[in-house]
Amino acid sequence: MSVSETVAAAAAPAGPSPGDPSILTTEQLSVWYGTSLALKEITIAIPRNRITAMIGPSGCGKSTLLRCFNRMNDLVAGARMEGRITFDGDDIAAQGVDAVALRRRIGMVFQKPNPFPKSIYQNVAWGARINGYKGDMDDLVEKSLRRAALWDEVKGKLHRSGLELSGGQQQRLCIARTLAVEPEVILMDEPCSALDPISTARVEDLMDDLKADYTIVIVTHNMQQARRVSDMTACMMLDEASNGNTQRTGIVVEFSPTEILFTKPNDPRTEAYITGRIG
Amino acid sequence: MTPAPLSPSYEPERQSRRILGPIFGLACLVATSTGVVVLSILLGAVVAAVIRGSQGGSVLGTLGHLLTSMQSSTPESAGFRAGVVGSLWLLGLVAAFSIPVGIGAAVFLEEYVSAGRIRRIIQLNIANLAGVPSIVYGILGLALFVRAFGYKNLAFGPTLWAGGLTLGLLILPVIVIATQEALRTVPNSLRQAAMALGASRWQVVRDHVLPSALPGILTGVILALSRAIGETAPLLMVGAAGSILRLPKGPSSRYTALPVEIYNYAKEPDPKYQAVAAGGILLLLALLLTMNATAIVIRNRYARSSRG
Repeated sequence: MSVSETVAAAAAPAGPSPGDPSILTTEQLSVWYGTSLALKEITIAIPRNRITAMIGPSGCGKSTLLRCFNRMNDLVAGARMEGRITFDGDDIAAQGVDAVALRRRIGMVFQKPNPFPKSIYQNVAWGARINGYKGDMDDLVEKSLRRAALWDEVKGKLHRSGLELSGGQQQRLCIARTLAVEPEVILMDEPCSALDPISTARVEDLMDDLKADYTIVIVTHNMQQARRVSDMTACMMLDEASNGNTQRTGIVVEFSPTEILFTKPNDPRTEAYITGRIG
Repeated sequence: MTPAPLSPSYEPERQSRRILGPIFGLACLVATSTGVVVLSILLGAVVAAVIRGSQGGSVLGTLGHLLTSMQSSTPESAGFRAGVVGSLWLLGLVAAFSIPVGIGAAVFLEEYVSAGRIRRIIQLNIANLAGVPSIVYGILGLALFVRAFGYKNLAFGPTLWAGGLTLGLLILPVIVIATQEALRTVPNSLRQAAMALGASRWQVVRDHVLPSALPGILTGVILALSRAIGETAPLLMVGAAGSILRLPKGPSSRYTALPVEIYNYAKEPDPKYQAVAAGGILLLLALLLTMNATAIVIRNRYARSSRG
């Protein structure tokens, strides 16, 4: 994209306004890994204080799209991005935007619970400390663990290792760790795929709870989960134009309110996917 | 129970497999014993030589005498004090130079450079450097540190500085490779978790990657230092003194080292010096085994604390 185009694109959409319902938007976003096109011309707008789910078959680029939002994809060797992503109206890939600062505002929870091999307390406190938190750390740790619905289970053993917790507790610890740095958006990459149904239910309850204060984007393989927790759903597919063997290119075929997507999908591919005929 | 009959396409040859299995096991046992047996014979011979030389006194008493005596023209009063002190000085200098530089290089290669051609080229060169004979490092040390290519003002001369830096260069590739291996065992999920909280790369390395890799790094570092302490050839090259009657006062002093003194005593024609050399070998072995034991203790302690 040339400089003049960038300026034109920046001028076209309205800047951030208090009433702007979208917090994250992508415009014609394409992502390459080396020479292979992984995402093609994605244009969606993630609404503020809502849960947005991304569903679709394996390998269609859901996680890639998620990792673009906090620029974790920058860390993948050979990854390249075209198009525009805005966060609160600002281009996140613009000159002078610090990816490190961006990641503090857009937190991420991973597929496999990955607490630090440190105490429960340190797991929550570390992110705040490296971001220069000056307040009362004990308070922050307690508040974050309460918010992640984990406090009652761990309050007596804050100085035990985070790795001693069960998988579901570890995942809530990872959420607490993310909350401690006060992000605005939380990206969740299949956060429940390694958890049992009871732990899954607890995390889903928690997400519903967090919605008031945070915007959540969740990638999931589980369509029931998307239907249960999300307000908006993006259905992604492999682009039929791409040869599925040598190149797997993901596109968004439909982005609608969850209720509509699962009952009256506009796109025949969405319907085929949610009824189990493809994917 | 007889096994179900196989289709004729299979020829199981159970008989020969039954014989070949144990033969292979035996061959491996012989291979294992080779090193152990030869080492035991060597150790036995050294200890026997020390006992012969101690003439009725205890072995420990003899070693104590060797540890506290300076060089001498009579084998009865000769000892390794200057060499032990020189070797400990070298150990300190080598550690101070090669640990920060080696770990820094490894962190840069593993955590900062993205995988690609440049990293492969550097990697290949470091692996090659690790295989360069130590005498070549001696020549390098002689030209670079002792003589500074003829610039007398910059030259260290045959001092502890020159010896320590030469040995430091010698083990640098070993430390880099060991540290890289240790860094590779740190799961990527840990780095990602930290990055996703808005940590800079340095914060991730300092607080998560290095602590997790520390047991492996320490083991590699201590084994590399053990190697440096046992080296003789490069020190002969950079001018460890053959005969010296004073202890080094600081890193700019002339010095000698334990293996160099062993070498010099072993060259003496008087057979009584053989016992002295043998005693020196025991002192060197004791030093090396202590260092290796330290490596194991540190590794076990850190491995436990990082899990718990």
